Amino acid sequence: MYLVSAFHNLQELRHSASLANKVFIQRDYTDGTVCKFQTKFPSELDSRIERTLFEDTVKTLNNYYAEAEKIGGQSYLEGCLACLTVYLIFLCIETRYEKVLKKISRYIQEQNEKVYAPRGLLITDPIERGMRVIEISVYEDRGSSGSSSGSSTTSSSGR
Amino acid sequence: MSAVMIIRKPTRKWEKLPGKNTFCCDGRVMMARQKGVFYLTLFLIVGTCSLFFAFECPYLAVHLSPAIPVFAVLLFIFVMAMLLRTSFSDPGVLPRALPEEANFIEMEIEAANGNVLAGQRPPPRIKNVQINNQIVKLKYCYTCKIFRPPRASHCSICDNCVDRFDHHCPWVGNCVGKRNYRYFYLFTLSLSLLTIYIFAFNIVHVVLREYRSKKMFHVVSLTPHCTVLEVLVCFFTIWSVVGLTGFHTYLISLNQTTNEDIKGSWSGKNRVQNPYSHKNIIKNCCEVLCSPTFPSVLDRRGVMLEDSSSPTHSDASAASTHKSSNPVSQTTKSSAPLIPNEHTPDEAKPGIGAGTQKSTSSPKGEKPPSPTSPNAVAPAVIKESTH
Repeated sequence: MYLVSAFHNLQELRHSASLANKVFIQRDYTDGTVCKFQTKFPSELDSRIERTLFEDTVKTLNNYYAEAEKIGGQSYLEGCLACLTVYLIFLCIETRYEKVLKKISRYIQEQNEKVYAPRGLLITDPIERGMRVIEISVYEDRGSSGSSSGSSTTSSSGR
Repeated sequence: MSAVMIIRKPTRKWEKLPGKNTFCCDGRVMMARQKGVFYLTLFLIVGTCSLFFAFECPYLAVHLSPAIPVFAVLLFIFVMAMLLRTSFSDPGVLPRALPEEANFIEMEIEAANGNVLAGQRPPPRIKNVQINNQIVKLKYCYTCKIFRPPRASHCSICDNCVDRFDHHCPWVGNCVGKRNYRYFYLFTLSLSLLTIYIFAFNIVHVVLREYRSKKMFHVVSLTPHCTVLEVLVCFFTIWSVVGLTGFHTYLISLNQTTNEDIKGSWSGKNRVQNPYSHKNIIKNCCEVLCSPTFPSVLDRRGVMLEDSSSPTHSDASAASTHKSSNPVSQTTKSSAPLIPNEHTPDEAKPGIGAGTQKSTSSPKGEKPPSPTSPNAVAPAVIKESTH
């Protein structure tokens, strides 16, 4: 299938583009062990996506994780109820964290479709990488010349 | 021509996971390799309780109250449930870095270290992070190829990095980490209660019998022998389990792990304080015991594709129920998302210049080993394999 310069959906992206590079957004531990990712804009994405869009995505994800890990009335209730039922209640109901994770995966899906795929990028859900990194795959249009395949050596900017 | 379709059982990811864990029930159960002491624990608990239910309870139910065996049964069920939950669940294992991530980290390290003169020892792989005005050092794990998150540690018995690593408990046959610490604590707490309960009612039973029948020790029956056995087991158990419960209560109130306590990470030397503690006992207890249940990031029950290196995830996994958004990695060099199992960091090369680590047990033909001296490893790195 011939490609025009813009990728219109994920299917097109996968079939007609080749993986050029992967960028990994690391965790931000300044607030402790809560799950939070760095909002620092990686230089490899400079030409691919606007800084504000990227920061919005990461901040929204951070908010979701903060909501999941919030220790408050609901988590106490859940914990006590679970303890009383010898944790068998989790066979019937989902934990709050799992509910938020589903929301996160829907959000990432939506972001991929609307924002990232048209720019030749793809976000991998952090849960698939052990909640350590947000992996952003950078695709190059096969039609364009000089596209490098394989993990190309990026200019060492990193942090 | 007719095509013969061979239906094969799908390969689940737990079958290919690195690390020294054993899996049962098609990936639902995860334990350490050595399970002997765990069976002993089970035997002691079930055995002692069976003797109690068989010999003491009928007497006590009739002469004192039927509530006594009922409460004992409930307590026993709780103890067993907590034990099995601790032993069978994922303690919070961090999956190893896939090759692209490992390479990315290597390049970052290389960039950060700058130029290392030949023959000079490369600097240790440590990242400094500031948490609550305290500098915390994140160490690099050569086996898992990641910078360990704060409070994570590598268990050499299970060969995994575990988040909020507490200790490896042979009695439960598993590591105790972020995901199963509260179950471990509830297990020790309820076991203490159960042991004290059985011990107390054994004494009550003996005393009652003595009052009611003056010839107790002349009556030939099995009951006194079982009572003596139970009292002995309970006596020795009480000392160890109650002590352990007390120790963990102390740790929880300070929001520390056993690992940190043993290493003296926050002992107060050099004005180092625990950055994770809320300085409030109730808040610390709430955080450890009442925080939301953290899901497993180790996808054990996902289905692996036979032909591709990037496995897709099945819906059976509790955490990842979304459709696979894995990018098709046409250029991944390795054939499986495994990092070959490495020996201790003594033999690992610092990796400056070399893209991947060379495993001494299974050398890869692609990249030649980087010619560095075997001792070119900083002391900080050697401690990683111990916990």
